[in-house]
Amino acid sequence: MNAADVAAAPVIRLRNLCKTYRTGAVEVRAVRGVTLDIARGDFVAVMGASGSGKSTLMNTLGCLDQPTAGDYELDGVDVARLSPPQLAVFRNRKLGFVFQGFNLLARTSALENVELPMLYTVPLIPRRERRRRALFALERVGLADRHDHHPNQLSGGQQQRVAIARALVNQPELVLADEPTGNLDSRTSIEIMGLFQELNAAGISLVMVTHELDIAAYCKRLVVMRDGRVIGDTVNPDRRSAAAELAALNRTEQQADLN
Amino acid sequence: MLNTLHVLVQQSWQTVFVALRALRRNQLRSALTALGIIIGVAAVVAMAAVGNGAQASITQQVSALGENLLTVFAGSKRSGGVNSGQGSASTLTLGDAEAIAREIADVAAVSPEVSGFAPAVANGRNWSTSIVGVSPEYLQIRDWPLAGGAMFGERDVRSSAKVAVIGSKTALELFGPLNPLGQTVRVKNIPFVIVGVLAGKGAGMGGQNQDDRLLVPYTTAMKRITGDRYLRSVNIQIRSAARMEIAQAQISGLLRQRHRLAPGQADDFSIFNQKDIAETVGSVTGIVKLLLGAVSSLSLLVGGIGIMNIMLVSVTERTREIGIRIAVGAQASAINLQFLIEAVTLSLCGGLVGVVLGVATAHLVGSASSFQPIVTADSILLAFGVSFIIGVFFGYYPARKAAALDPIEALRYE
Repeated sequence: MNAADVAAAPVIRLRNLCKTYRTGAVEVRAVRGVTLDIARGDFVAVMGASGSGKSTLMNTLGCLDQPTAGDYELDGVDVARLSPPQLAVFRNRKLGFVFQGFNLLARTSALENVELPMLYTVPLIPRRERRRRALFALERVGLADRHDHHPNQLSGGQQQRVAIARALVNQPELVLADEPTGNLDSRTSIEIMGLFQELNAAGISLVMVTHELDIAAYCKRLVVMRDGRVIGDTVNPDRRSAAAELAALNRTEQQADLN
Repeated sequence: MLNTLHVLVQQSWQTVFVALRALRRNQLRSALTALGIIIGVAAVVAMAAVGNGAQASITQQVSALGENLLTVFAGSKRSGGVNSGQGSASTLTLGDAEAIAREIADVAAVSPEVSGFAPAVANGRNWSTSIVGVSPEYLQIRDWPLAGGAMFGERDVRSSAKVAVIGSKTALELFGPLNPLGQTVRVKNIPFVIVGVLAGKGAGMGGQNQDDRLLVPYTTAMKRITGDRYLRSVNIQIRSAARMEIAQAQISGLLRQRHRLAPGQADDFSIFNQKDIAETVGSVTGIVKLLLGAVSSLSLLVGGIGIMNIMLVSVTERTREIGIRIAVGAQASAINLQFLIEAVTLSLCGGLVGVVLGVATAHLVGSASSFQPIVTADSILLAFGVSFIIGVFFGYYPARKAAALDPIEALRYE
């Protein structure tokens, strides 16, 4: 593959992906043949009711789980055939995670939380370099001045920003977000979606699971799942802009204050 | 391979700090968990120090008894089931002592010994001390030098002379800083002229002070002080260490014959040599060591189980943290290492505190007893080694459990 092909090749290529759990005698076919390409720079919302298989799909995309059948290529590598240690390397280098519950280490500063993935990067990153990159990532999410705060000293939105900085710090191919605004109020949700839009505009590929339509509306592409299958895959016709909405919201608030 | 090792070392180093911080967060819990290790290690270190000190002190005391020394005590150890103490029976006579000197070829010197307790008066002071009647050879047999003056001689023995050699402690008590040589000390109103002063020897085997005594000719002691015809013991020096056992057997035979003991009848005397004494004391300290060793091993075992328990709790408590670490790309081996290092750090910290506590205990014991405990580098290294092994052994299972967690489940864990 030459450079142009790499750029054109999808970051994720799923072919008839299946995931079946066995809990005792019961077989749960959580994902039943998903075929999907996600291009570089895309911003995909995966939607569906609970039990639709979207979480299982995300776990598989996130290399936390192996598919039982089908192909999964991440950045041109057949991930379905990788060993657990190799998967760990992929999670570390190619993927970033953002969770609903933030999942920061308590009693650990924002900076150290962002440094966490780099502790497991081989070859090792020197301490000062880790610090420099972590500060840069925090700057990118607008929290450089809070680097020494612990999660319990930060608001929900700030915690999620730290988590996003952590997801970005190793310059991943893809950021996976699982209900990233699920624990946030509506204004903070818009702020986080604004950050995602900003990062996406800078070229970062994002896949986000959500069951909220108005949150999905900030994405470029909408994938809908039901019963382990993709039943809808469309380009978002009228995409919302978080930046514009926030500006409008600020204006409204200012007027309310004046009155 | 080399690169993998380098990464492992670097990660371990980072992990040590993570582990120390985790332990600091739960200070009380960490301290309580480490208590078993602390007690165990302290016991090991203190035991080794006290044991070594006691051993050294005994060895020194045994050699201080004199070279190739045999001591015959009157009275058998057991007579009819009742043990009234060595030297208490009236069985050993001057004739026995003379016969030993005359008839046993390997004997180099013999000194009969009688003793009594009496107040000595001198210099306007009064001090109760042991009055020990011996022959001039006594000092040679006991390898006991003089600090001043001379030992009384054979003539003094024959004439039951009123002369004495004074122990250093007795001299100090009666005369203070004055030179006791040539002074007179009165025992039972009999004036003794002090002709010699013994060099200090320190505490004896039983812990009694050997320097608190007044040596007088045995003839004088028997006639004027104890009024006894029988000896408490006979001190015998044998020519060479190789002949000790043969000489002991010959002396035993001679005494049985002189005391007209029928075959099968028990001895009415007992013979001790340094080796016996050293062995007896050694076996006692051995038993004490064994007991302390057992107690400390048990404590270490319990401590180890405590560490395993708390590490299992810690793994459960930190399930989510483990999930996060795995999600951001931690290898299972790194998680394993982290928890193993935490367990080892915990047990090593316990070991460190234990060593400090053990050394302190040893010194406390030392200040309360007559000997100096010896803390060796070996025992400290052993304590650390054992702590390390306990950490690895009891940390292995919890660490493996942590590394085997399913990240999806772990991230959902509340």
